[in-house]
Amino acid sequence: MNARVADLAARLERTGYLADEDLATALFLALEMQRPLLLEGEPGTGKTALAEALAAANDQPLVRLQCYEGIDATQALYDWDFPRQILHLRALEALAADRRGDAASVEEAERSLYDERFLLARPVLSALQRAPAVLLVDEVDRADDEFEAFLLEVLATYQVTIPELGTIRAAVPPTVILTSNRTRELHDALKRRCLYHWIDHPGLDREVAIVRSRAPEVGEALARQVVAVVQQLRAGTDLLKPPGVAETLDWARALHHLGTAELDLETAARTLGALVKYRDDADRVKAALDRMLAA
Amino acid sequence: MSGTETGTGIDEVLLGFTHAVRAAGVGVTSDRARAYLEAASIVGVGDPAATRFAGRATLCASRDDLDRHDRVFEEWFRADLADPAGSPRPRERPPRALLPDELRDGPGGRADEDEPDDPVRAAASAVEILRHRDVATLDQAERAMLAAIVGALPVRLPTRVALRRTPHRRGQVDASRTLRASLRRMGEPDRVHRRRRGVRPRRVVLLLDVSGSMSGYADLLLRLGQRLVVAGAVGQVEVFSLGTRLTHLTRALRARDPERALAAAGRTVPDWSGGTRLGETVAAFNDRWGRRGLARGAVVVVVSDGWERGDPALLGEQVERLHRVAHRLVWVNPHRGKDGYLPVQGGIVAVLPHVDDFLAGHSLATYTRLLEVIADA
Repeated sequence: MNARVADLAARLERTGYLADEDLATALFLALEMQRPLLLEGEPGTGKTALAEALAAANDQPLVRLQCYEGIDATQALYDWDFPRQILHLRALEALAADRRGDAASVEEAERSLYDERFLLARPVLSALQRAPAVLLVDEVDRADDEFEAFLLEVLATYQVTIPELGTIRAAVPPTVILTSNRTRELHDALKRRCLYHWIDHPGLDREVAIVRSRAPEVGEALARQVVAVVQQLRAGTDLLKPPGVAETLDWARALHHLGTAELDLETAARTLGALVKYRDDADRVKAALDRMLAA
Repeated sequence: MSGTETGTGIDEVLLGFTHAVRAAGVGVTSDRARAYLEAASIVGVGDPAATRFAGRATLCASRDDLDRHDRVFEEWFRADLADPAGSPRPRERPPRALLPDELRDGPGGRADEDEPDDPVRAAASAVEILRHRDVATLDQAERAMLAAIVGALPVRLPTRVALRRTPHRRGQVDASRTLRASLRRMGEPDRVHRRRRGVRPRRVVLLLDVSGSMSGYADLLLRLGQRLVVAGAVGQVEVFSLGTRLTHLTRALRARDPERALAAAGRTVPDWSGGTRLGETVAAFNDRWGRRGLARGAVVVVVSDGWERGDPALLGEQVERLHRVAHRLVWVNPHRGKDGYLPVQGGIVAVLPHVDDFLAGHSLATYTRLLEVIADA
């Protein structure tokens, strides 16, 4: 492995995030080339966690923008604090009640309404202001096309123009991580701006290591058992929603809280809610567990 | 791998590689290729694994792309990296468009015999006959004509009520906007602003069966799909082919020229006229696309004869799942309009309880009807 890539992976590992070489290289390139990194993959494979780990590893603030259908620029960029503007106006009126207002003071009062203290910085603006920072644009596939186009503009220039105040530019471009669950195809233009990485489910040893690192209270033997079962479920059983790493962690922690040191059928059945979230799946997993744990 | 780290030789090999990746079907643009060269020089070309990861990060944009990239990578760099012997393979050219000239000759022999003196009327009545003919029985010239008609069909796409309210002349009073407008005038009252919920496009998902038993219809169905894809906004219409496996065709069908789009789609589908495993492919659609949101609230159209080689119970179960997330599920069966058709095949029997509309789909008239059903859904 390239020494600097290895260094990045090691720093991520200290925050509890275990990245494989593929992912570490992609992230390293994104940092070097100052490009956004687009992460796709099954839910629960650690897309959002990567942004959190990167922020912690670089000791930078993490600014998160959760996308949803109908999100628009005011919710992502900035908004004016309307009630406070009104209050400010009232205060000015009260002060100026005795003297007649001349043109100059009116203009000044108006200008003071668009002061920076009335500006509510939403995630994108706040990431630019606080840079160096990590900007996480979560589930970008849920937003509309128009929002994507707007995002593209910000990502291209790392600056934002507010008509009343002027242009705000990031001193250092923030590191941008986008995640997508592929509910729709993202626009080519956005994808072209980004580096791409597909996060897969980890292999057995890596997942055990992840459980050990994220939930150190869980014993080695239990962790290995839990991961072995989950990996078999992913590979062999036809589930509506195969468990992700997040579910593995939940399940391991749930078992630990019940004081389980070794996985048995009865406790497993009682804690299944941490692992699968569909009724059909629960039935299938129970049947599969019978086979696995009996053997 | 050996050779100098930088130098034009290496760059050529890398660039050649990007061409090969593009030929394999990955959308590599020149700026992506440039980003790849930059990335490769950052991680060092001497490191094969890192070079591969750099390619995955910079050249690819979807999971399918990753597979294609890795395949080409294996071939391209199996030999020594410093040896630029393998030149980029020539790109496949789409077959030349064969349509317009043949069209002008009229609708084939049949009409010429009927009314040789009035070509316009002859063509018009031929179209009328063509409207109700079974598509699978047409000859080459008639197919070409039908293709042109499909290309000109009027297309309306369905809409839904939007969640967000937007400014409008009528509707409920928009207090915030009204106040803001009055603030802009230093407290002078402005006109009352109103807003209401607008309309947004509703997604349409086409699942086209391209197995052997549907081969007579597949070509025209793809044209219909292309027509809808081009008519809609980006992402509004999605087309998949079903066969022994599921293939995402929307990107291929985006081309404005139907001939190019069809050629691209033909290159994308690996299991043309193969067998059918409807249940499994519908399950694959549900798992990889449908439940994530592509089919959620969408008008889902499945065009298939329901000729299931696998287990009809699985098909029924998967169609039920699809029906639960979709806004409306339309099943089109080319055989339905034929005399003596009874829905008795195992696949169709399993599917029928979970379908909102069950339409025929063997002639132009039925396709026009299908478009109406989609638009009004």
